[in-house]
Amino acid sequence: MFVRLVYESFRRQKRRKILAGAAITLGVTVTTAMIGVATDIGDKINRELRTIGANLVVTPQEDTLDVEIGGVNLKPPTDGAFLSEADLPKIKGIFWHNNITAFAPVLPVQVTIPHDEVSQHGDGVPRVSPPLRDVGNRRDVTLVGTYFAKTLFYGKEDFITGVKSLYPWWKVAGAWPDDGSHDVLIGEHLAGELGKKTGDPITLSGRQFRVTGVLSTGGTEDNEILAPLALAQEILGKPDAVKRVYVSALTKPEDAFARRDPKSLSGAIYDRWYCTPYPQAIALQLTEAMSHSHAEQIRQVAQNEGAVLTRIEGLIFLITLAALFASGLAVSAAMATAIFERRAEVGLMKALGAGKLAVASVFFAEAALMALIGGVVGFAIGSVLAHQIGQSIFNSQISISPVLLPVILAIAVIVTFAGSAMAIRRAVSLDPVFALRGEL
Amino acid sequence: MSHQAKGLASSRANAKHTSMFVRMLMRAAVLRRGRAASALFAMVVAAAVATAMLNLYVDVQAKLQREFRNYGANVILVGKTSTSLPADALAQVDATLSGRGIAAPFALVVARTADGQPIVVAGTDFDRVKQLNHWWSVTAWPTSEKQALIGVRALPLVSPKNQAFDLSFQGRTLHVTPAGTVQTGASEDSRIYISLADFISWTGVQPSTIEVAASGNASEVAGVMNQLAQAIPSAEVRPVRQIMEGEARVLGKTRATLLAAAALIILTAALCVLSTLMGWVFDRRRDFAIMKALGASERLLNGFFAAEAAALGATGALIGFLLGIGIAAWIGRANFHAPVVPRLGVLPIVLVGSMAVTLISAILPISLLRRVQPAVILRGE
Repeated sequence: MFVRLVYESFRRQKRRKILAGAAITLGVTVTTAMIGVATDIGDKINRELRTIGANLVVTPQEDTLDVEIGGVNLKPPTDGAFLSEADLPKIKGIFWHNNITAFAPVLPVQVTIPHDEVSQHGDGVPRVSPPLRDVGNRRDVTLVGTYFAKTLFYGKEDFITGVKSLYPWWKVAGAWPDDGSHDVLIGEHLAGELGKKTGDPITLSGRQFRVTGVLSTGGTEDNEILAPLALAQEILGKPDAVKRVYVSALTKPEDAFARRDPKSLSGAIYDRWYCTPYPQAIALQLTEAMSHSHAEQIRQVAQNEGAVLTRIEGLIFLITLAALFASGLAVSAAMATAIFERRAEVGLMKALGAGKLAVASVFFAEAALMALIGGVVGFAIGSVLAHQIGQSIFNSQISISPVLLPVILAIAVIVTFAGSAMAIRRAVSLDPVFALRGEL
Repeated sequence: MSHQAKGLASSRANAKHTSMFVRMLMRAAVLRRGRAASALFAMVVAAAVATAMLNLYVDVQAKLQREFRNYGANVILVGKTSTSLPADALAQVDATLSGRGIAAPFALVVARTADGQPIVVAGTDFDRVKQLNHWWSVTAWPTSEKQALIGVRALPLVSPKNQAFDLSFQGRTLHVTPAGTVQTGASEDSRIYISLADFISWTGVQPSTIEVAASGNASEVAGVMNQLAQAIPSAEVRPVRQIMEGEARVLGKTRATLLAAAALIILTAALCVLSTLMGWVFDRRRDFAIMKALGASERLLNGFFAAEAAALGATGALIGFLLGIGIAAWIGRANFHAPVVPRLGVLPIVLVGSMAVTLISAILPISLLRRVQPAVILRGE
């Protein structure tokens, strides 16, 4: 009888059920989509912030002091210690290797351009740029060896990394050089000064190279030449040498716990610190991965990134709360209306001898059924919606794990019950006589 | 009591005929207090949520831009033809900015320590740097003359025991005492910073770079850059591209996410109002039938329910607007540590939107009921 009551109610009152069901579905849709966006927004914005460039730098442990102004090192480049290029793939072997979005080694070398080449192609406008020094009949410039988009192997995995992915704002007129070639990029300012353009040959320290593109960064690179790392090592005569490695990693905003000295932490607390993607923890893991190295966060990037990320995550979290509240209200409003409209039915049931409990259980059973159906449909639509938002705004996937389904269903049932409770309480306490006469 | 009743009776007797319409509106709200209150509540919540979301959407750009200014300079001035900027460049920059940002000058030379090691020494204005570069981790800022801020990597070289030391540049010697250390993870760590006044009197070199953190959106910053280029023709004004691009991307995506969320939430809230109100109006089909049976015209009936809906929408929108401003301000304070400025421009949007939703939810059930004979409704079928 109970089952039949519920079944018939669904069969005969399609309009009312559809209205309330639509409200539940919409509420669950919005909830699912917002929870999906809120749990993923940190990662998405983090990736956007990574376009600002590296947030960690690895230097040799015994490094001598840099004497550089405007990106030009005024010390002999053979000075000091170096990192080993062979260690680079190990960066992809650290605990948080999935959080490393890109890295690039650099090896700056002083090279000379013969003066005849300068005057032959120069535009004739005398420009005194601080990084450039005219020495007799030749000119000193900085050549930086790096990876452009090099394929590295760690174990069986291969990955592509280099300045192209590390600094997405770099613009190249022409083509990026191949990492195994004798091709170079020339900085915009330097190119103007030397009168070089894409395709020109260039003589650097007596070696012939080809310019494949003109690089514009708005920074010190505009006065430099960028070459594959192997070329810089060859010029310097130090195979395997790397001066610095710039690493871009997805990190968790720093908090008080992150700033604690890992040496002072013990056992489980240390593990927790080590296994949280704080900039400090990733820096420590990088130091461990590369021999004789010291990794440090670039505070300008790392610190502010944390601040921006915290703000945006906080904002979306509060908005998700608002969305949950609004959907809860919509569901309870729809349920209240649906139950209120069925006073006469309640009156009839009570007149036939149904107790308060029996009436209430019919309504609650209906509410639960609708919450489940609406919940499943809403979850499906909400997942699609979250996916769409991810695609259209961030060009990347926002996926909602199916683990969320039971949670969402539970929320849907609870909200529907809470929303119906008041109306059901009022409905069961009605006097059947008045209810049947329609006077309430 | 009788005095009160008499007063009421006389006031009713003297009232104009049109007050019947008003009285019906009032009584409808008062007699079914619970239902009217729940409809109003739904409306207030919807309007509040809409106001808060719209307000946040408008304000979040300014709030996040402020966060991004903590990245430091977004514009850099360097000398075009010589290594130094003119001596009055900083004053010119300040005059051009006139409160729209912060500027800090930097002058750099390679000096030698007592044992002949080369080291980069920079002169700057510490008060400005403190505001511009929040990320500098400084143990103690220099407060008096001839005090230096020493990069953590330079410290062991020049002053391992935190003692005073000498620097020499082109035969002139400067004796400085360390005030504290600076750590940034970048080139600053290898440098020594002294005040610009000390620097100029020691080396005679003028600042070569002025870093500017210009506030405002992309076009405002572009405007500032133009003005700077005109004010100091001998300087090259260039954007710090990674900061500008990163900012634009993050801002754009955050706003887009917020807009999507706002649209979803407002839709849900509107639907909540719609279902509550439709239920309320549908519930009063007996009132409707009696009025019709007593000879009320279609126009009067439509007018009555429309006026009721409009009054509800307007009241709900106004209360909700105030509440929403409060919510937005609270979110601003809790999340951005700065209140969200109330935007009065949001009010008309919320008002029109609320009234549109209430009107739809009143007219929809009425047009359904119109086809039904009053007698059928009154019989309770």
